[in-house]
Parts: sequence; structure tokens; C-alpha cells
Amino acid sequence: MAETHSLQDLRQQAAVAAKVFIQRDYTNGTLCQFQTKFPSDLETRIDKQQFEETVRTLNNLYAEAEKLGSQSYIEGCLACLTAYTIFLCMETHYEKVLKKIAKYIQEQNDKVYGPRGLLLTDPIERGLRVIEITIFEDRSLTQ
Amino acid sequence: MKNCEYQQIDPRALSVSPLSAQSHTTEKKEQRPRRKWEVFPGKNRFFCDGRLILARQSGVLPLTLGLIVVTCGLFFAFDCPFLVKHLTVFIPVIGGALFVFVVISLLRTSFTDPGILPRATPDEAADIERQIDTSGSSTYRPPPRTKEILINQQVVKLKYCFTCKMFRPPRTSHCSLCDNCVERFDHHCPWVGNCVGKRNYRFFYSFIISLSFLTSFIFGCVIAHITLRSQAGKSLVQAIQESPASVVELVICFFSIWSILGLSGFHTYLVASNLTTNEDIKGSWSGKRGAEESGNPYSYNNIITNCCVTLCGPVPPSLIDRRGFVPPDEVIPAASSASEMELPHFSAKNDVNMEENCQDFSLSCTA
Repeated sequence: MAETHSLQDLRQQAAVAAKVFIQRDYTNGTLCQFQTKFPSDLETRIDKQQFEETVRTLNNLYAEAEKLGSQSYIEGCLACLTAYTIFLCMETHYEKVLKKIAKYIQEQNDKVYGPRGLLLTDPIERGLRVIEITIFEDRSLTQ
Repeated sequence: MKNCEYQQIDPRALSVSPLSAQSHTTEKKEQRPRRKWEVFPGKNRFFCDGRLILARQSGVLPLTLGLIVVTCGLFFAFDCPFLVKHLTVFIPVIGGALFVFVVISLLRTSFTDPGILPRATPDEAADIERQIDTSGSSTYRPPPRTKEILINQQVVKLKYCFTCKMFRPPRTSHCSLCDNCVERFDHHCPWVGNCVGKRNYRFFYSFIISLSFLTSFIFGCVIAHITLRSQAGKSLVQAIQESPASVVELVICFFSIWSILGLSGFHTYLVASNLTTNEDIKGSWSGKRGAEESGNPYSYNNIITNCCVTLCGPVPPSLIDRRGFVPPDEVIPAASSASEMELPHFSAKNDVNMEENCQDFSLSCTA
């Protein structure tokens, strides 16, 4: 009870039992959205509501990154006027939101998914194709 | 069956056990950590340690750059002194600004990642296989797989990419020259030496628009130069003899203007209707069944919105993460599958050669 396992230790000790992939949802076009359908492999591990909330929050964050508002247009016009050299010193709005997403996923892994033997992989590491959820075997948790 | 191009991936074989991972890391610690661009499976070239990307077949990019630099050089050297004296000093200023803008746009188009999608990891590919193929092992190449989805109440077919082992997102196409799937694929431009896709379409568009202005500007200035010279009591032939470089510029600009202006007009139409060259050529949305049913599902039905979205909309960063480091225990699927794929082709070629040799031998014997 005194020892607390960090996520790194967990990953090295536990064997990967399975991987679940949440695919993209294209019903609204080419925007980056993920399907909220609850995969059957996770039924024994996590609550359906919890999972759906995670995916929905991620979808909202990606929608915010790709939002067509005045800010993105100003950024685009400014970039064109400076012959696109402005991005050598400035970060785009999209990149800022991606950092927010990375932080959110880290937080979810620490609080919700890690204790249940699951690991969320940031979709950007998979080319924004899938959310990869790694399911670890239970034996290290029962020590 | 030795000539099996398509292989079923066994997910059980991919599970990473702790022991093998540890031995792997001790081995790899002796090698220096490699960046992801060094193991990139597509046909691309990388410069500046992965910061710049170009297609392996860079086409005629040196020719494009050469033509632009030579024409502008001749313009500044031979026409500008005369025009500054007789007209205004703003001519080289405007010319210089246009030249700089053209070159920067061209370099940005050539060296930016067009929106390449990284290939699916083996686990992902196995997962997709499992969802589709329930009929055991396949000893022949399965029929092309498509998945139909609804986008804005319209049916769109997604195709499966055998090279990248994933279902291509909508508007994505696989470039055979670069061997990559590119998002919002427009076309592979040999003049620019790269694919034109989601991330560099605006640079390409600003390149051709500014190039149209530049060529028209130079053309107009050279005409003014020769006219002014021949007006000062000399004939046209004498004026040309005094400034032969102007004729070279005239010829280059004359031929460029037709093609570049036409291309600019075409791409302005594409931008206004939120289409790609690929979709326009294939006629994906051009009302085969009737104008009502198959309109473009991605268009916002407003020219200004379409222009803003295509040219000023947000752009994701490069998805292939060229400068990231390869994790020490990662399996590199492309290299192994490429070498496996080469073997059946090689043996097939040998068989064909042998057949031909046998036939020739038999013919020569009977002759």
C-alpha cells in the first residue's frame, strides 16, 4: 500500500493484453472527430459514460482547433502578407490547441485510465487516424 | 503459395513481452538514436535534418527556379536602368517585391509536407483486417475494399490503401510517385517537385498567382522598354539589337503567361468551389446522376467562405513528425514488408525471362 506505481512502471511490468482503436467519424466532413461508440472490449474495464465523455471532450477540442473564426482568418491573412515567414517565430492556433489536448490526455491517463489498467495514446502520434487504447493485463494490479 | 502479395497479419505475434523489450533496449543503446525521417517509408528526400521535405523525383524544380532567376536577372540588369531613367524608380521596386514573393512561395510549396498521412502501425492494420476479413487466410489478392459513409447526407466511398494499410479519409489520395497518402490531394506538380495537398495548397496558389503578376509585369515592362527605344528616332530592329536580352525575356514571358494565367484561372475556380484537381478530373461531384444528388459535400455553397476556408483556414502541423526520435523498441514495418514484397516480384520476373529464353532457344533450334 505504501508503494505507488507510476505509469511508466506499469507499462514496463504489465503485458499488453489487447489494443482497441477508436476510428474517425466523418459524418460532418473532413473535420477531426472520433466515433463515440463504446467498444465491447472495454466493457469490463471502464464506465460507458466516462469513455463517452472523454471522446466527446476530445472531439470538442479538435473542433476548436479547426474552428473557422475571425482569429484563424486573421492568422491566415497575416501569414500571407509576411510571405508565411511569421510561423518561424509564432505558434499557430492549431498547435496551441494540440498542446491542450496532450495535457488533457495526460491528465485522463493519470486520473481515470491508468488506475484501470488502460492507456490512451494521443491521436497525433497515430497521424490523427485513431485513438489507441492499450489494455494491460490485470496481474500487476493485483499485487 | 509463394507468390502471396497480400499477407494476413497475426495480432498475437505482435504482443510486446517485457523480456524481449529489455534486451532490445540494451542492444539499441549502443546505436545512436535515429530520427523518424531516416526511417520514413515513402519516396521522399529530407534536408536540414528533417526540417525540409521534397519528393524523391524532384522533377523540374531546378528548371523552374532557374527560369525565374534568369528572367528576373536579365530584367534587372538590362531593362531596369533604361526604365528607371525614362519612367519611374518604382519599377525595379515592384519587380523586386514580386520576385521575392514568388521565390518564397515556390520554396515553401516545394519544401513543405503536403499533408502526408503516416502509415498504419501493424496493430492498427491487424485490427482493420479483423473487422473486415472473417474468412480465414487469403491466398490471393482480395478485391479492393471500400467502405461507404455518409458525409452531409451524401454517400461517399472510402477506399482501402494497400500500401498504407488503412482506409483513406475522404479527399485523401495515394500519390504513386511519392508512395504516400496525402490529405486533400490536389496533384503532384513536377515544376514544384512535390505533391500539392492540404498543407501547401495555399503556398502553391500564392505561387501561381504571384508568378502570373510577375510574368505579366515583366512582359509589360519589356514591351514598354522596346517601344520607348524605337520611338526615339530608331527602328524596331535597331532597338532590339541594342537590347537583345529583352527578346529572350519576351519569349520566356510570352509562353509562360498563357500557361500560368490559365492555371491560375483554373485554380481560382477550384478554390471558389472547394474542389481539388483530383476530384475535378475524376468528375467525382459533377452530376453523373443529376445535379441535385451529387453536389460537392465539402462546399459551403458560398464563394467567399470557400475561398477563406481553403486559403486562410487553420492548418494542422505535419503528421509524420519528421524530427521525432524512433522509440527503441519500435518495429519498423515498411522496411520488412518492402523486402518481403520484392521477393515474389523478383521470382516472377525470373520465370518470365526463363520462358522467353526457352522460346528463343527452341526457335533457334528449329531454324
